Amino acid sequence: MSPHPPGAETRRVAGSEIPSDPEGALAPPPSPAALFLGFMRIAALSFGGVLPWARFVLVERRRWLTGDEFTETLALCQLLPGPNIVNMSVAIGARFHGARGSLCAVLGLVLLPLVVVLLLATAYDAFRDVPAVARALNGMAAAAAGLVIAMAAKMAWPMLRRRPWSAAPVMALTFVLVALVRLPLLPVVLIMAPIAVAAAWRVRA
Amino acid sequence: MTILLGKLAWRFLLLGLVAIGGANAVVPEVHRYVVEVERWMTDGEFAALFAIANAAPGPNFLIVTLVGWHVAGIPGAIVTTVVTIGPTGLIVYGVFHLWNRMRNAPWRAPVQIGLSAVTVGLVAATAWILTLATATSLQLAAVALATAAVSYMTRLNPLWCFAGAAALGGAGLL
Repeated sequence: MSPHPPGAETRRVAGSEIPSDPEGALAPPPSPAALFLGFMRIAALSFGGVLPWARFVLVERRRWLTGDEFTETLALCQLLPGPNIVNMSVAIGARFHGARGSLCAVLGLVLLPLVVVLLLATAYDAFRDVPAVARALNGMAAAAAGLVIAMAAKMAWPMLRRRPWSAAPVMALTFVLVALVRLPLLPVVLIMAPIAVAAAWRVRA
Repeated sequence: MTILLGKLAWRFLLLGLVAIGGANAVVPEVHRYVVEVERWMTDGEFAALFAIANAAPGPNFLIVTLVGWHVAGIPGAIVTTVVTIGPTGLIVYGVFHLWNRMRNAPWRAPVQIGLSAVTVGLVAATAWILTLATATSLQLAAVALATAAVSYMTRLNPLWCFAGAAALGGAGLL
């Protein structure tokens, strides 16, 4: 399934730079073909939600982006219409190779899952009633939730360490409005975005 | 057939353009349209397509591909997929182009830092909602927490957690 041999990612880490953060130095920019294969790898791995796998591949394995760059790109992508991960692939592809990069990344992301999902839909009648299959899917769904918990923690930690006074209240309030109050996303973003930007501005000044 | 494809294209184009926050935010709207308004499928059929889109590897927005496929076969699948991601992809491309040209604007750093904090809150909320929905037994909650701990503290490929969870589930231990 892997388009690269194990360890290929670590060998490509730039040698001249001293890692300034725990995630280490960035790799050289990927070629369009590498973008296609990288996003195909994300798609092939991503059971139960793509974003944690996108972070795993782009930041931790391929090292095309720093953790901060990943969070910043996601922040803008969430404000724009369309599936977040498709927006991410457009933005990251464009960052390295313009329109061609975007196209390579999006096609890499979508082609394989498209075929798999259609094959599964064609076949689901045959085994949807097998209890072992249903229970295995339940286990995988719980693991998927755990992965999102870890991703939230990994994204939160560097921001809380650097800017606890502006970041923590914004994170907490956004969480409460969406997870506990269960407001729809659009009003939450309309309320929180100005507050968050103002808080970041004040603390910086 | 052409009319059907046209209907699919128009409806999913509109849906894609309002889908702020990703596929899960518009699933209720897709359900309303294809089950209640057009009656293209039953509630149960929609639920099955949703489960498949979530269980399969890849982006969850592929529910729109499956709806298109159910309504109009392979052409329907292609039409719904392309109109859902094509136009919004162009918008994203344009916005990032402008964004990068304003690299040195004084307002950029606060906007970026502020919105990042909102994003972390949203991801945390997703984690909360998903965990409540999937951790329906003590064993399943343990699987979720163990996966979170392994993913946070190690660089192990998370696929191992999934394989373990699937094996435990398949063996009837969850």
